[in-house]
Amino acid sequence: MAAPKRAQPEAAVRANLPFIYREYSPEQLRQVLHKMYLIRRFEEGAEECYMRGLIHGTMHLSIGQEASAMGICMPLAEHDQITSTHRGHGHCIAKGAEVKKMFAEFFGKTTGYCKGRGGSMHIADVAKGNLGANGIVAGGIPIAVGAALSAKRMKTGKVVVSFFGDGANNEGAFHEALNMASVWKLPVIFVCENNGYGMSTSTERSTAVKNIAERAAAYSMPGVIVNGNIFSEVAEASHRAVERARAGEGPTLIESKTYRHRGHSKSDRNRYRTKEEIEDWMSNRDPITLFENELQEFGIIDREGVEAIREAVAREIAEGIQFAKDSPSPDVRDVENYVYTEPA
Amino acid sequence: MDAMVRELSYAQAIQEAMALAMEADERVFLMGEDIGVYGGAFQVTGDLVERFGAERVMDTPISELGGAGVAVGAAMTGMRPVFEFQFSDFATLAMEQIVNQAAKMRFMLGGEVSVPLVMRFPAGSGTGAAAQHSQSLEAWLGHVPGLKVIQPATPHDAKGMLLAAIEDPDPVMIFEHKLLYKMKGPVPEGHYTVPIGKAEIRREGRDLTIVATSIMVHKALEAAETLEAEGIDVEVVDLRTIRPMDKATIIESVKKTSRLLCVYEAVKTLGIGAEVSAMIAESEAFDYLDAPVVRLGGAETPIPYNPELEKATVPQVPDIIAAARGLVQGTR
Repeated sequence: MAAPKRAQPEAAVRANLPFIYREYSPEQLRQVLHKMYLIRRFEEGAEECYMRGLIHGTMHLSIGQEASAMGICMPLAEHDQITSTHRGHGHCIAKGAEVKKMFAEFFGKTTGYCKGRGGSMHIADVAKGNLGANGIVAGGIPIAVGAALSAKRMKTGKVVVSFFGDGANNEGAFHEALNMASVWKLPVIFVCENNGYGMSTSTERSTAVKNIAERAAAYSMPGVIVNGNIFSEVAEASHRAVERARAGEGPTLIESKTYRHRGHSKSDRNRYRTKEEIEDWMSNRDPITLFENELQEFGIIDREGVEAIREAVAREIAEGIQFAKDSPSPDVRDVENYVYTEPA
Repeated sequence: MDAMVRELSYAQAIQEAMALAMEADERVFLMGEDIGVYGGAFQVTGDLVERFGAERVMDTPISELGGAGVAVGAAMTGMRPVFEFQFSDFATLAMEQIVNQAAKMRFMLGGEVSVPLVMRFPAGSGTGAAAQHSQSLEAWLGHVPGLKVIQPATPHDAKGMLLAAIEDPDPVMIFEHKLLYKMKGPVPEGHYTVPIGKAEIRREGRDLTIVATSIMVHKALEAAETLEAEGIDVEVVDLRTIRPMDKATIIESVKKTSRLLCVYEAVKTLGIGAEVSAMIAESEAFDYLDAPVVRLGGAETPIPYNPELEKATVPQVPDIIAAARGLVQGTR
């Protein structure tokens, strides 16, 4: 009798690895770390420019939520589409935007993604599939369903991700959009980045269910909860949802539990949460630190490699800000451009 | 009348435009509440679902906000949706998507997208449907840059303007007066368009310009018959588009007649009449005026249920005749 075939030791080890180490090459994972740093430093750079009066208006920083943006976008192809939120800088970079054009937009310059008409709250990169951040809570959710309807009707094979926050799950648009997406089995993934607060109001005070993912049951779609600060968990959930969508099985609701280190916007005095709470998330659950340590443990990157990423990102940010500063402002005479499609 | 030109009702003309557009362009599809087998609340989509199938004549849940958003998203990504509101009043449920998203998307994104979206709004009073199913809210949307807002008054224009709207790269809002749906008129066969942004002089006259919209065009024409017998020669301008407004046609008409009466069904204040009269006051036609401009619009009240009260809230033919007489008498 032949002895039972033993699994190859390497394959056995591999099967026990977290999802991302089975799915992606070391180089891809180093790229992820690079991009997470790029998001973090972009927002820190934007914040500094704001403090120095170089950027006006306001902005909503996603510092602390980088693993969520990167993990969700990881299985997306370039032609796949997203709709984003007022806290959308990370989504934009994760979907492939260039930081110099984002800085230029924040500076209100013609070289910006929206030619200086949109700013932080409407940052978009249509060529890379980002249909735009949105200043209206839940505004992008039905739009994503519409994009998914186009994908299904035109048989493009695209999937669409709609990012939104915990605040949006109490808007009527959330209910209407998720219901329609499920009824029509559209290739769309609803990603609720639950950072615990809709501006100052905690989810405990605003939301009748403990987990927003529980609401998926009402729309007969899978509801998945992930630790949004652990890249591998987010990426794995996104993979499953993308596969399901591409197979024509319909939408998924992913709740990515995370935290924003900064306030809601630039006017926030942080009176609704404690210093200890913020400190805990920053020190013990920072998504970049967690991912970086894990990559080092797995021998995918060493200290020098991390340092090289940091330096490269710092250069990219500095060049981006310089590009924005050097770019031309729009001509005031063009103020009415883009309201309507210009005659050919 | 030309024997070659058939008569169709306003509703049939709209249906024919939608069918032609769907035949010509596979990106065009219809969505709305009960527009499939039911045929639409006013039977405008009728049997189109049988010809084009449920994917292209698509019933939505009763979700005006979400449905409007789906239409915006589909329009941004290559489709050409024609979204029917069951009643124009329900636009109030979808204002977020219409005003914040559809109207502004191209602008906010620096011209990187277009939103070729058509929304159809059955509007107006006269059906006994009371306060929440009878409003005329076109000026609300006319106030929003990024939208185009049209009010075809005849079956001919309903078909031609809807085809123009579907071919337009930007969001076009069509307000269709419910009492016009059964009105018949000549409608050419096949494809043609009536340009958005062009008013039409329905009747030429020397003494008075009436700028009217939608069903009021017909009431103004009826009033003009009576007034003609009294020796008052009325010019009736069918505004057709409220954004962008055809200022030149109105200015030229007022320069000719020296008197202006604006007639519209929507609540009188802060509306189309205010815009038309202010536009004239700002133009070279102001110096030609022989009398103050008069606005005749809806009463400052919701639309009531009782039929006599309902009629009393919107301008009727005798009101137009009286206003015209008042304007002309003593100023010739």
